[in-house]
Amino acid sequence: MARIELDHLAHSYAPDAPDPAWALRPIDMVWEDGGTYALLGPSGCGKSTMLNIISGLLRPSQGRVLFDGRDVTALDTGRRNIAQVFQVPVIYTSMTVAQNLAFPLVCRKVAPAIIRRRVGDIAERLGLAPHLQRRAVGLTADQKQLVSLGRGLVREDVSAILLDEPLTVIDPQMKFELRKILKQINEEFGITMVLVTHDQNEAMTFARTVVVMNHGEVVQAGTPQDLFEHPATTHVGYFIGSPAMNFVEARLEGGMVRAPALGLARAAPEGLAGGDLTLGFRPEHLAPDGPGQRIGGRVTRIWFEGLEEVAEIARNDATFRARVPSGMFRIGDDATFALPDDRLLVYREGRLCLAGARPAG
Amino acid sequence: MLEIRDLTHAEDGVTHLDHVSARLAPGTLTTILGRTGAGKTSLLRTIAGLLVPDSGEVSLDGKSWSRLPPWKRPTAMVTQQFINYPHLSTLDNVAFPLVRKGARRAAARESARAMLDRVGLSAMVGRRPSELSGGQQQRVAIARALVKQAPVLLLDEPFVNLDYKLREDLREELVDMLRNESGLIVLYASTEPREALSLGDRILLMAEGRLLDDGEPQQVFGAPATIEAARVISDPPINILPLTVGEHVAAGPFGAQDAGDLTRDLAPGEYRLGLRAADLRPGGRHVARVVLSEVSGSETVTHLDLAGFPLVMHEKSVVTHPPGAEIAVDANLARGFIYGADGTLLRREAPHGQD
Repeated sequence: MARIELDHLAHSYAPDAPDPAWALRPIDMVWEDGGTYALLGPSGCGKSTMLNIISGLLRPSQGRVLFDGRDVTALDTGRRNIAQVFQVPVIYTSMTVAQNLAFPLVCRKVAPAIIRRRVGDIAERLGLAPHLQRRAVGLTADQKQLVSLGRGLVREDVSAILLDEPLTVIDPQMKFELRKILKQINEEFGITMVLVTHDQNEAMTFARTVVVMNHGEVVQAGTPQDLFEHPATTHVGYFIGSPAMNFVEARLEGGMVRAPALGLARAAPEGLAGGDLTLGFRPEHLAPDGPGQRIGGRVTRIWFEGLEEVAEIARNDATFRARVPSGMFRIGDDATFALPDDRLLVYREGRLCLAGARPAG
Repeated sequence: MLEIRDLTHAEDGVTHLDHVSARLAPGTLTTILGRTGAGKTSLLRTIAGLLVPDSGEVSLDGKSWSRLPPWKRPTAMVTQQFINYPHLSTLDNVAFPLVRKGARRAAARESARAMLDRVGLSAMVGRRPSELSGGQQQRVAIARALVKQAPVLLLDEPFVNLDYKLREDLREELVDMLRNESGLIVLYASTEPREALSLGDRILLMAEGRLLDDGEPQQVFGAPATIEAARVISDPPINILPLTVGEHVAAGPFGAQDAGDLTRDLAPGEYRLGLRAADLRPGGRHVARVVLSEVSGSETVTHLDLAGFPLVMHEKSVVTHPPGAEIAVDANLARGFIYGADGTLLRREAPHGQD
């Protein structure tokens, strides 16, 4: 079990350059023992760099990594007691599932009786018991990922599991099974888990804390609900949620932040100076009726998604999207929605300056 | 009209296509939805001529393609892998199919330039593929496919290797890119129900090489023809419960329940009930144990165990259900689907949202 601390951590792949390009900008962060975390961001945002530093595959250009207060920055991967699962399953295809699972213990010269018991336990837990004697070459992609995971878990001293996009190659339906197994293991053994992913749904459903990264920087860390309801930047509002958050240009006028294109207004937060102002609201927060401001326009596009649809609505030169029950509108319809005041957020220079009824810290 | 007739293909004892037939009209985008191994890629490759079927035939406007080699078929294909010519500029990558068909280089480049403009890459014409991002490379591949002006466009999960958000954006752009291509027959393979439903004018559901269902997304989603089809199209998963119709109506762990009109005049016997995760709700007198609850920002999907039956409940709000907790759960049976013993749809409530 481990509490992982990142202490003034930063990394550049060319640290001696006069102006080092930071793959990971200086960061302080604590990951609590037994927590589930996701590092979320697009390719090149620094998330894999961060994971590789934690696992010991990469030595940071500055700062320290602490496991339970112990400085492990200089320790190599093998001595950090972590299990890793990568995007592509790493297994020995010529061996049976049982031999694959036993491998780390065999290398450590653990007694055969103990190996048999541990392998049996882990196989049971991962649903691999019926396949123990099968050769790994014939397994499906998700079964192979389970074997990778099992090989990490089979050691009794595992303190954290690092998952680098392990679900990418897996079917949506099987992804759920894998997430379920991971979370059950997290609950049962209290192992800290860190998942790297570019898939917001995967991050949100897996982790209690989602760390959103962009350009080598942590933009926001919070619960899925925080990220959804109070995105700290317009980038997070765009990146989290499907469809993205709606944004509309606004200006400061007599103590109000107004977006004339959509007819929206919000009392300006205290001390708000002018600047580049934007109002943001979620497609999910538009109700057909109820309290709040009215916002409407003409339906120009509809994406059917099953029980719900996403409607694009045009008004003046602006458009916004609303998530509505399927069949509610046809293209060309006039649509009106209610938007509760606290669901309308103010952004200045791309950063949240008013969240709900409270000013953002 | 592209006609696929009774295609079968098996390899090493595994059936990839099992008597698949479909007719695809010009001007429609058809999504093929199925899990990995369902036969989607085999179907696309058979149409392209890259796979020779054991039996069956592909024809366009009544003309059989059986004797046409892949390079003579009027198809264009974009695959999951980024495939571009590494030594050619973006412009020449897109111009290539035209040059190969005998067009003059200048004319080919002019068409290529116009196409790159349409896919938003006018600024990249001079770059090599290695200098492009994954998303840009796939745009180049799409531009190259479109510039051929082949009447049949085959897209095999073209965006699956891209970042999630980029995938979402490109999916939308694709529709805009195709907007000017009147009369094109587009097939798009996907493993994601939401993508397949929102993108397609029509949807083909596949599993184990078989065609499970075929129709408009609203229809296929609103009344899945079989239990298997219901499972493929549902995300979160659909609940399938045993249903006994006798003196009372009893649905699995929920016991005797009123299912309203759904079971009226139904012959006594054993059936199966498909119930969407959204049609379970908290409350009532049945106490279930939480297996796992997942919050996705604005909604919660909870997996439950009720008297040994696994159930999935989808709530449109953020709720915390710790694993192992006991919560009351109720089912809105009237919104279910009734399937016969053979798994085919017998009865359903009026389509959701369309009544």
